[in-house]
Amino acid sequence: MIDTIKRDWLSNIKGDSLAGTVVALALIPEAIAFSIIAGVDPKIGLYASFCIAVVISIVGGRPGMISAATGAMALLMVTLVKEHGLQYLLAATLLTGVIQIIAGYIKLGTLMRFVSRSVVTGFVNALAILIFMAQLPELTNVTWHVYAMTAVGLGIIYLFPLLPAIGKAVPSPLVCIVLLTMFSMVYGLDIRTVGDMGELPDTLPIFLWPDVPLNLETLMIILPYAIGLAMVGLLESMMTATIVDEFTDTTSDKNRECKGQGIANIASGLLGGMAGCAMIGQSVINVKSGGRGRLSTFIAGLLLLIMVVFLDDLISQIPMAALVAVMIMVSIGTFSWESVINLKKHPLSTNIVMLATVSIVVATHNLAIGVFVGVLLASLFFANKIGRFMVVKNSFEEASNHRIYKVVGQVFFASADQFNAAFDFKEAVEKVTIDLSSAHFWDITSVSALDKVVIKFRREGAEVDLIGMNEASATVVDKFGVHNKPEEVAKLMEGH
Amino acid sequence: MSNVIACIDGSSLSEHVTTASVWAALTMRSPITLLHSLEKPPTRTAEDLSGSIGFGSREHLLNELITLEEKRSKLALEHGKLVLENAEVFAKQAGAEHIQSLQRHGDLIETLTDLKDETRLIVLGRLGSNHSIDAHTVGSNIERVARTLHNPILISVGEFHPPKNFMIAYDGREAADNAIQRIAKSPLLKKLPCHLVMAGENSPERQQKLAKATQILEAEGFEVTAYLESGSIFSVISHYRDQHKIELMVMGAYAHSKVRQFFVGSNTSRMIIESPTPLLIMR
Repeated sequence: MIDTIKRDWLSNIKGDSLAGTVVALALIPEAIAFSIIAGVDPKIGLYASFCIAVVISIVGGRPGMISAATGAMALLMVTLVKEHGLQYLLAATLLTGVIQIIAGYIKLGTLMRFVSRSVVTGFVNALAILIFMAQLPELTNVTWHVYAMTAVGLGIIYLFPLLPAIGKAVPSPLVCIVLLTMFSMVYGLDIRTVGDMGELPDTLPIFLWPDVPLNLETLMIILPYAIGLAMVGLLESMMTATIVDEFTDTTSDKNRECKGQGIANIASGLLGGMAGCAMIGQSVINVKSGGRGRLSTFIAGLLLLIMVVFLDDLISQIPMAALVAVMIMVSIGTFSWESVINLKKHPLSTNIVMLATVSIVVATHNLAIGVFVGVLLASLFFANKIGRFMVVKNSFEEASNHRIYKVVGQVFFASADQFNAAFDFKEAVEKVTIDLSSAHFWDITSVSALDKVVIKFRREGAEVDLIGMNEASATVVDKFGVHNKPEEVAKLMEGH
Repeated sequence: MSNVIACIDGSSLSEHVTTASVWAALTMRSPITLLHSLEKPPTRTAEDLSGSIGFGSREHLLNELITLEEKRSKLALEHGKLVLENAEVFAKQAGAEHIQSLQRHGDLIETLTDLKDETRLIVLGRLGSNHSIDAHTVGSNIERVARTLHNPILISVGEFHPPKNFMIAYDGREAADNAIQRIAKSPLLKKLPCHLVMAGENSPERQQKLAKATQILEAEGFEVTAYLESGSIFSVISHYRDQHKIELMVMGAYAHSKVRQFFVGSNTSRMIIESPTPLLIMR
């Protein structure tokens, strides 16, 4: 245990400290921006980011991953905050944590395998688009100063790293924010600043129980939100964990991460923060800056709080334009540009799944619905593909007026019609043999399709003989255990 | 339950680990597996604290990390192969017959856990390749191996000579009784004079325990010298060891929880650090 602690926390102190600092600086504008999306004071997102990052660094299952207040979660809270207020959001955050802990205990993390690559890409792209769209209100009905500052901000963010020597030593989003804030303060520009968006933290967070009546009515209000938040939070966290796994060529404990996210959200709710989850963009920044261990996440959270509490006067002066520039960067960095190039290469069904996920999310602002539709579509396409793996061959013995059908492949709900159509009921034969020894019947639909075929032949006066029924129907039973035993699978797949 | 696993990492102790393994393998008539585990420290990219992400950042970062690791892993793989080849030649010269070399990626503990069902004895050096030989500490792997795996572990502390006698640090706990049973049955130390040493107040209860353990060993043909002295475990045992020129120490390990160890320190670790003789750890 102590060795694991050493490895997770202390194996990369310098890298983790530097990366944690870079991430803390990047987290501040994001936490403020996401609070604004959710419709709450910036301090709610800032407290949440501190709390979630610090707690997840201790209890999470993926060292080096950054979790805090996120856009994906903020988008789900909008109506709850608008209709019921902050206290209900805090209650929903607690409930979200409880659901996530339960999900961790019943090992729901393994369900991630049903989420295909295209759905993940769709999720990421949709998230990027939503983050970008959330910046638009800051760019409409404003003076030209705002546009100019946003453009200059983006210029600084992307061009500053190209400078020799200092370019890669100082986070460029920080340079952008500092320069733009100084500029607007010196010239006294009348543009919107963070201070106009609501309260900033001026003290350390304090423990508070959400001020809501503890009754069924409250539960019915917050439950739907909590379920959505829990789902989206776990989805994004699992996806991010996979990305960090890939970067570092190490494995993570996904179920521990589920529980960790739950604990972090409960802690956040009790300290007056909103729900959050893992962040793709920030985790990439962390790994890129050299962060690998838990220490990086911990420092990011702690430093964020220290800076925010002591610098709240300065932070309130940050012009929204600088924040918008940073968020556009996050959106560009989150979007999978490769997927646009891949549209040409990938099969149509994959593209449809990805685009459907994106468009549904953009339309509903709810990542959970998008993922649900994406998974559903992907499954249908898959069923359709596998359904084509079925042929019925036939041969005829003239002497005995005997037709022999040989079924090869997968028979299930998607191929049952095709299966039926393969038999010629109009043909006047005396005897029909159906050889099923190379076929697999996967469900009740396929069994009843076979029943229909047999009945139909009998009605036409033919004598029907089934061969290999037992082997063919062995797959009907929900024997999931089979997948773990190679010899059982081999037995099932005989004849292919 | 048949192989002697020699954990080789190319450090200065690896040679002695091989010698010790060959001795154990020949005594127990077991095949020997030379194991080299390719452990991977975290990869760091060129220092970039710009904190900005743009078009295709994820793909770029991934490619960069893959390229870096590919180069390093190839080198490590080659180096490991050489280390194993050397060890194999060395083991052959020392007279070992059934030698198998095994190179695996990943943490040593994970690899040993995978092999645990076919393991009879694990042989480790006191310190790994990341320590200098005279460092006054225990290699980080030893405690983890001892706590995770239940196979006996032979720790080589320097040059290895086949022992001509051995002593058992006996504390009368159930685990120690089990260890006595296993030693009595094992061919490894058969025919060597055995010193059974217990530290603690001279009470009838302790004497009874000691007598019983002696009996078990004598029944299997060991020539046993039993000894009981009051005092702290560490001082009694090291004193006895020096006085009687003991050449191999058998003991239990890490009986206490990590929490206690954190505050009090571990007798086992101290014993391993101070020991001039190889140790056989029974869990």
